[in-house]
Amino acid sequence: MNPENYIILSGLLFTIGALGVMIRRNAIVVFMSIELMLNAANLAFVSFARINGTLDGQVVAFFVMIVAAAEVVVGLAIIVTIFRTRRSASIDEPNLLKY
Amino acid sequence: MIGTGAVVAQTAPLLAPLNAATGIFQYIWVLIALPLAGAIILLTTGSLLKRWGHIIGVATVGVSAILGIIMLLEMMGRSADDRAFGQTAFTWVFAGQFDVDVAFQLDQLSMVFVLLITIVGTLIHIYSIGYMAHDPDRKRFFGFLNLFIAAMLLLVLADNYLLLYVGWEGVGLASYLLIGFWQYKNSAAAAAKKAFVINRVGDVGLSLAIMLMFVTFGSVTFSSVFANAGEASDSTLTWIGLLLLLAAAGKSAQFPLQAWLLDAMEGPTPVSALIHAATMVTAGVYLIVRSNAIYDRTVFAATAVVVVGVITMIIGAIIGSAKDDIKKALAGSTMSQIGYMVLAAGLGPIGYVFAIFHLLTHGVFKANLFLSAGSVMHGMNNGVNMRRFGALRAAMIITFGAFTAGYLAIIGIPPFSGFYSKDKIIHAAFEQSNIVGIAGVLAAGITGFYMTRMIVMTFFGKARWEDDAHPHESPPVMTIPLIILGFGSAFTGMALVYWGDIETWLTPVTGLEERELAIPTVVLEMLTLATVLVGVGVAIWIYRRSVPIEPPQKVSVLTVAARQNMFDDAINDVVAVRPTWYTARFLVWFDNRAVDGFVNGLAAAVGGVSGRLRRIQTGFTRTYALVMVIGVLAVLTALGLVMLP
Amino acid sequence: MSNFPWLTTIGVIPLIGAVVVMLLPRSKGLLAKQLALVFSLIALGMTIAMALQFDADVTDPFQFSESASWIPALGISYSVGVDGIGLVLIGLAATLVPVVILAGWHDVDEELGSVKGYFALILVLQTLMIGVFAATDVFLFYVFFEAMLVPIYFLIGRYGGPQRAYAAVKFLIYSLVGGLFMLASLIGLYVVSGRQLGEGTFDFLSLVGLEMDSTTQRLLFLGFFFAFAIKAPLFPFHTWLPDAAKESTPGTAVLLIGVLDKVGTFGMIRYLLPIFPEASQFYAPVVIAMAVIGILYGALVALGQNDMKRLFAYSSMSHFGFIALGIFVFTNIGMSGSVLYMVAHGLSTAAVFLVAGFLMARRGGSSLISDYGGISKVAPVLAGFLLFAALSSLALPGLASFLGEFMVLLGTFQIYPWVAVVATLGIVFTAAYVLRFYQRTATGPVPAAYAPGSAHPMTDVKAREVTALAPLVLLTIVLGVFPTPALDVINPAVEWTQQTLGVVDPPPQIDTPGGGQ
Repeated sequence: MNPENYIILSGLLFTIGALGVMIRRNAIVVFMSIELMLNAANLAFVSFARINGTLDGQVVAFFVMIVAAAEVVVGLAIIVTIFRTRRSASIDEPNLLKY
Repeated sequence: MIGTGAVVAQTAPLLAPLNAATGIFQYIWVLIALPLAGAIILLTTGSLLKRWGHIIGVATVGVSAILGIIMLLEMMGRSADDRAFGQTAFTWVFAGQFDVDVAFQLDQLSMVFVLLITIVGTLIHIYSIGYMAHDPDRKRFFGFLNLFIAAMLLLVLADNYLLLYVGWEGVGLASYLLIGFWQYKNSAAAAAKKAFVINRVGDVGLSLAIMLMFVTFGSVTFSSVFANAGEASDSTLTWIGLLLLLAAAGKSAQFPLQAWLLDAMEGPTPVSALIHAATMVTAGVYLIVRSNAIYDRTVFAATAVVVVGVITMIIGAIIGSAKDDIKKALAGSTMSQIGYMVLAAGLGPIGYVFAIFHLLTHGVFKANLFLSAGSVMHGMNNGVNMRRFGALRAAMIITFGAFTAGYLAIIGIPPFSGFYSKDKIIHAAFEQSNIVGIAGVLAAGITGFYMTRMIVMTFFGKARWEDDAHPHESPPVMTIPLIILGFGSAFTGMALVYWGDIETWLTPVTGLEERELAIPTVVLEMLTLATVLVGVGVAIWIYRRSVPIEPPQKVSVLTVAARQNMFDDAINDVVAVRPTWYTARFLVWFDNRAVDGFVNGLAAAVGGVSGRLRRIQTGFTRTYALVMVIGVLAVLTALGLVMLP
Repeated sequence: MSNFPWLTTIGVIPLIGAVVVMLLPRSKGLLAKQLALVFSLIALGMTIAMALQFDADVTDPFQFSESASWIPALGISYSVGVDGIGLVLIGLAATLVPVVILAGWHDVDEELGSVKGYFALILVLQTLMIGVFAATDVFLFYVFFEAMLVPIYFLIGRYGGPQRAYAAVKFLIYSLVGGLFMLASLIGLYVVSGRQLGEGTFDFLSLVGLEMDSTTQRLLFLGFFFAFAIKAPLFPFHTWLPDAAKESTPGTAVLLIGVLDKVGTFGMIRYLLPIFPEASQFYAPVVIAMAVIGILYGALVALGQNDMKRLFAYSSMSHFGFIALGIFVFTNIGMSGSVLYMVAHGLSTAAVFLVAGFLMARRGGSSLISDYGGISKVAPVLAGFLLFAALSSLALPGLASFLGEFMVLLGTFQIYPWVAVVATLGIVFTAAYVLRFYQRTATGPVPAAYAPGSAHPMTDVKAREVTALAPLVLLTIVLGVFPTPALDVINPAVEWTQQTLGVVDPPPQIDTPGGGQ
């Protein structure tokens, strides 16, 4: 199978994720979209590794997974805390740091 | 200036190198160190030694006086060209070509000053024991007095102008402390400040003169400045002369810096005696006479000295005639008498010796007069208003006797001391210029008037005492110095002329010149004496009967001006104080509004711009993300545009 | 002991002290003060020991030199050493820190902030002050120069008066702006030295010999000058000083004005003149004009102040005018006078601010002059110290500041007589504001607020306060009467600076065998 298709799929997934981040208001969904973008990047890494015949991409993909996992931990914790205090998971509402 | 007489005899000052200080003269520094040590002990030990403070004060100055007398005797035993001694203590300050030592010079001129300062100083110290007996801060008072004496001795013993400056300013400091001794009185504190600030104006002159001397001669020691004075340009010498005159005017309360002197009466009376007789105001005369090598070579500056002296002599006498405050009347008299000395010093070699001669006799009789006035005040609940005195001669006979001796001395009745010294100055003035001579005679007449007025209002006539006044004679500790000074007032002049031969004594330092005079000396003396007697007669005529307790208001313009000290405060106010104050106020405003306003405005502007810019931070995460994506796309596009073609 | 790293040791001692003090538990405030005092006294003792070994006759510009590679890639090294000027200023810093610690014993309490923090910051500041005067690598100097801002920012901002935040930020921004220009010039110097020596360097002595065309020199000069003029401060870059002085504690004000500001004038004499001789001469008239304006302006504005700390801040501005004037007339007398004046001014400022602090501590922290009066009646010894400090500030002959001021004026008179004449007028204004201040605080009737028998009667000095002030008084007198120890080390350094500038003092107009001795 042509590895380039995976690259295209990766691009599509990334775009969906980016649009999700920009359009959706629910923090959980935004979060899922970020994960989608990360995994799109992972897919690209692995595909390129395959195309170039090296293992570098796969190694980086592991790093990304670990970072993503760490991010989930921190990110979800923040979201849960905000939800507890504000009774809302909308990302437009916490605006205390604006200006 | 046109001299009226042909030169008869001329002696130039000796500029012999100083002898190394040996024998008793190794201890020149002790003269200063003793009162200084006394001051340090008295001022730093707090309430310790409180009961012995005055003893320490008197003892240190007294021992200095004895040491001074021993030195005088030793000096008299030597020949005239062997009487100047130099002693270097240590190197003081040096950088590049600038090199000044702490070094002392004791010559005939310094010697007479040392004696005047220490002997009169000792008497004033003793007198103060009684006068300040009830003051809780008497110990501090003695500390300040000692500081005063030490500074004045440093002033006259320094061998260079920079060290002289230290003594000069030390005298200023001590006078500041003493005038403001009763600091809880606002008037005393203000008077002290005024004295110091006006003296600072004079100090500007001294500073600049020293700088000009250094730039010209490469040194500020008396010996090298005087030795090379002949090689400096006329304009340089004139500038130095004028700047030194400014300095002298500040310290000696000469026109136009005379305003502090009358206010300085806020200090305790012994302080007034010390300032007016033995120290402070004589410093200016010392400076001019000491710098004779400069003034001999600059007619302009010397003439300026004469003019300043004449103006001060006249206005001082007029002020003295109008004051009802006995101390202020005496202060006006001091101005006038110092005017005589400055005038004489400005005359050049014909006058230097007599300036110092008059300074010495004046030092004695003015101390006498002030201390007598203090004794009167002591017996009159510290009252100073002569309109509330009168008929005091019976109540305080010793004070009256001493005051009378001083009175006869100051108006110049022969053979009292003022006669010798004042007539010599008038004589020298006529040698130089008739106008100056006539001014001198006139001032002598006014002196006769105001002194008679003073003695009549205080000791004669009817008693106009306040209800609670119980005049009494002062204790012996005060009257004994008065008696000594009374005899001094009577005989100092004679002693210095016939026994001390002051002219020959001082000539090696100052030079001497005598001119032939159109008018015979005897005629001149008679003329002066007659003028004085006219002044005395007028005063007796006016004050022979009653003296109103309230000062009369319908008086001449001159009296009004004299009561206001010739409007000197008003003039200073318009010329210096107000402009300075308004400038200061404006600059405070300017600094807050303009300079700091600019800085704060800049800060506000930056703050304002960033205040607008921060609106971009909307707080919507998705907006940020969108901007980021657009940014990434823009960068990619730009990269692509650069890379692809 | 010739290879003993004196400067590093002296610099590190207070730093160790700061760490030790910070490690103490919060409740041990008293122990923190005592330890801070002990460490600063050790540093003072070491400084004295070093100064005794300083040899004024050595021809090398720097002594006690140490050097270690730091960032070799950029030609930056940790190099320290002192000349006479650096030595006396380190001596000043080492003297003032224990004095300030002792005088500021009760400056801060737990309500204001951590006591140990205050004293630790002072010790850190001491390390940096010693570093800045000892650095012989320009980059190292810059690092210390900027790092000093940190402790002083916190000293003002945490422990100061009600407007402390405003004052601290103003001070910080002013200094950072100046430092930024200096950094730009520093990089410029590196580039120029790289072009000329083949390899860029920040070593001071290598930079001295650098030949630059006049445009480069003038531009780089301006960068450094801007930083130093703000630090010093010269007119019109002075407005941070009154605010900073007013809001900081007396101790901080002493260190700020007494020592930190000297870095500005020290920098002028150490870096501007030798590295940029041509530009220094080119800009000298401008600097002299700024200095003279500063002298009169500062004195006149001081005359109109109602707050004693602001008054003496403006007074310092006037005195810094004298110091800068002495430096930029390029005469031996003027420069030596400036350095002497730096020391004298440090001592007199310290005395003034500490006495003001003692007064304020007795009056609920008010620094308004109108809240005082008649102190000489209720606290004569304190008034005596106040008078001494005031007189030292007005340069009374016989005190150290007089010699400094007079030498500056004399050095100026040698080159520009009329400038000296104008500057000399400053001494009258100085007398006016100093004595007016003393008159309004110490004389006259005693206000009811602290009269004897009232709720808070004014008390006289305590033993601790006398102990803090005594060294200042003694040093001021000793340096005024016998300045030889200081001048012995200052003069060679000044002569070296003059050589790098290529100027000599003008000879007297009349050069006779009798004169000039």
